[in-house]
Amino acid sequence: MTNELEEQSLSTTAERRVVVSAAGSAPDKDWVIVTRGLTREYDMGGEIVRALRGVDLAVRRNEYVAIMGPSGSGKSTLMNIVGCLDTPNAGEYWLNGQLVSEMKDDKLARVRNKEIGFVFQTFNLLPRASALHNVELPLVYAGVSSAERKERAFEALKAVQLGERVHHRPNELSGGQRQRVAIARALVNRPSILLADEPTGNLDSTTSEEIMRVFEHLASTGQTVIMVTHEPDIAAHARRVVVLRDGVIASDDRREKFAAKMGF
Amino acid sequence: MPFFEAVRLALATIRVQKLKSFFTALGVCIGVMFLIAVVSIVDGMGRYMEQDLVGKLIALNSFEVRRRPNINIGDVDPGLWREYSRRPRLLESDVQPVVDALPDGTLWSMYSDGQVQVESPFSRPRTAQVTAVDGQYFEIKRLGVTEGRLFTAGELSQGSNSVIIGPDLKQRLFPTVDPIGRNVKIGGRLYSVIGVGESLGSAFGMSFDNYIYAPFRAPVRRMLNSEPHAIDAIVVQVPAPEMMTDAQERVRAVMRARHKLRPAQADNFTLETADTALAFWSKIRGYLVLAGVALPAFGLVVGAIVIMNIMLVAVAERTYEIGIRKALGAKRRDILIQFLIESSTLSTLGAMLGIGAGAAVAVMVRSLTPMPTFVAPWSIVVGVAIGAGVGVISGVYPASRASLLDPIAALRQE
Repeated sequence: MTNELEEQSLSTTAERRVVVSAAGSAPDKDWVIVTRGLTREYDMGGEIVRALRGVDLAVRRNEYVAIMGPSGSGKSTLMNIVGCLDTPNAGEYWLNGQLVSEMKDDKLARVRNKEIGFVFQTFNLLPRASALHNVELPLVYAGVSSAERKERAFEALKAVQLGERVHHRPNELSGGQRQRVAIARALVNRPSILLADEPTGNLDSTTSEEIMRVFEHLASTGQTVIMVTHEPDIAAHARRVVVLRDGVIASDDRREKFAAKMGF
Repeated sequence: MPFFEAVRLALATIRVQKLKSFFTALGVCIGVMFLIAVVSIVDGMGRYMEQDLVGKLIALNSFEVRRRPNINIGDVDPGLWREYSRRPRLLESDVQPVVDALPDGTLWSMYSDGQVQVESPFSRPRTAQVTAVDGQYFEIKRLGVTEGRLFTAGELSQGSNSVIIGPDLKQRLFPTVDPIGRNVKIGGRLYSVIGVGESLGSAFGMSFDNYIYAPFRAPVRRMLNSEPHAIDAIVVQVPAPEMMTDAQERVRAVMRARHKLRPAQADNFTLETADTALAFWSKIRGYLVLAGVALPAFGLVVGAIVIMNIMLVAVAERTYEIGIRKALGAKRRDILIQFLIESSTLSTLGAMLGIGAGAAVAVMVRSLTPMPTFVAPWSIVVGVAIGAGVGVISGVYPASRASLLDPIAALRQE
């Protein structure tokens, strides 16, 4: 399953240590994601909750990374910040050469539109819109013309084997098909990273395998994939597994080492 | 998101919830309906007043010299009435000096009129509007005959016992026979019918065709004025509208001299034009339009509040959708515009329904009453503009709330 491209792009611990330590400077173009000392605190009714306490994460282009951790480990917070839905209280976040951690709402919206393709646990499709229209949405906000939008959305749906079901609404599709619509939507604007949050959380094991095969295929064709999950067997599909605990990275291993640790 | 895209999205959302959308926009719909209906009715009434009523009583480019105004639309206060009744009557001897003062090409006539009983051998006695005329009365009124002929100059100057009757009177007095050459009896004297005049039409359901014209010097005049040499009016018609003021000033000077008025004294006679007759109407018309605009405005305010509430509910219901859109790259502006356009599309559709309903009311009024209601194009434009405006105003608050939603919190809500 591991192909050469993935093997080449996989970063080493030493390389990551170098790029993370160069605080304040833009990382090399090869690095899609670099966070330095990422900190996020929430004020929960006077009590300060420290969700992230200095996360240093570096992801090279074409890597397929799983972020794991128990609930409360900060993985959702990290995923929100990496997905540009939230900003850190302290620390740097460089996405594709841009310092996202300093950006305000509308700029973040533009970065989300151009750089991030989201896949959610609950699919998050517009219930009243057809599969085609759902896939078109990111292109609407990118200002793509109607004709080109339709064509690209159709192509994206064909790529996930849903070319026959473009006019179906989400409630007329199975869970796996819905998640494939979501994947088509995530990829239609050719983002730098595909960011999946528990993509198999609402799916049975057969369908989960099907979605994982889609991810593996994407990774093998050069798409950077980051997947947040709490299931070790799903995480084991990624080439690299980052484990968060109490708001910091507890381990960052290749799949083989992770699998060995987990006893697969 | 481009404007057109947003409108399409709004229409799709409205289509999915037709009934809810209809009730949401009902307030605006009713407000605009009343606006259109009231404006059309007032407009129609105005046309009616100007063209049918006053236009039929006062000929084009003409004015009448009278003791007091003939057409009193609206209230005249008691003080004014007392002043009117103290005024001297217009006399036959006033006619020649007035005519002498008129510019060339001017037509004139004089008349007295009143309600008098007329008898015929073919029916019971009828009351008719009897007018004794002299001068170019029929030219000024542009009135011709459908049967028989008009008076000859000789008949007019000698006051022969001949009359011209109106079409209604012909029906009443001579239902079965040809009236030409037959006699009618007015005040115990016989008059020969020489012609049947054209129809003058009607106003407010009141026919103007129940008329009889007689030469001024015919004996019937004594039944129209209690004083022997008094007349009701001198009519002056100028060939062009720009000559009106000049002719009026000349006549005013003659009449003031004849009434021996000092410069400080006000006229004790009236020069009545179509404009002076309509002056009061223009005043009430202003109030009517004001009321017609103010009352629907309250409806529109209520309509706007309803739309705002429903939009707030819609934002709450669709928080999840807003979250998805934001996650996929919608900016605050995109969400703001989406909801603003949704509320103004909804409201504009309501306004369009209201325009249709208002026009239907106007058509109904036209077919059920004699008023020629008219839906002015400007009122349609105003109606649509009001719809869009109400939508934008009522959408601002909900839309800005939607645009400020935090995407993470919004996505968590399902």
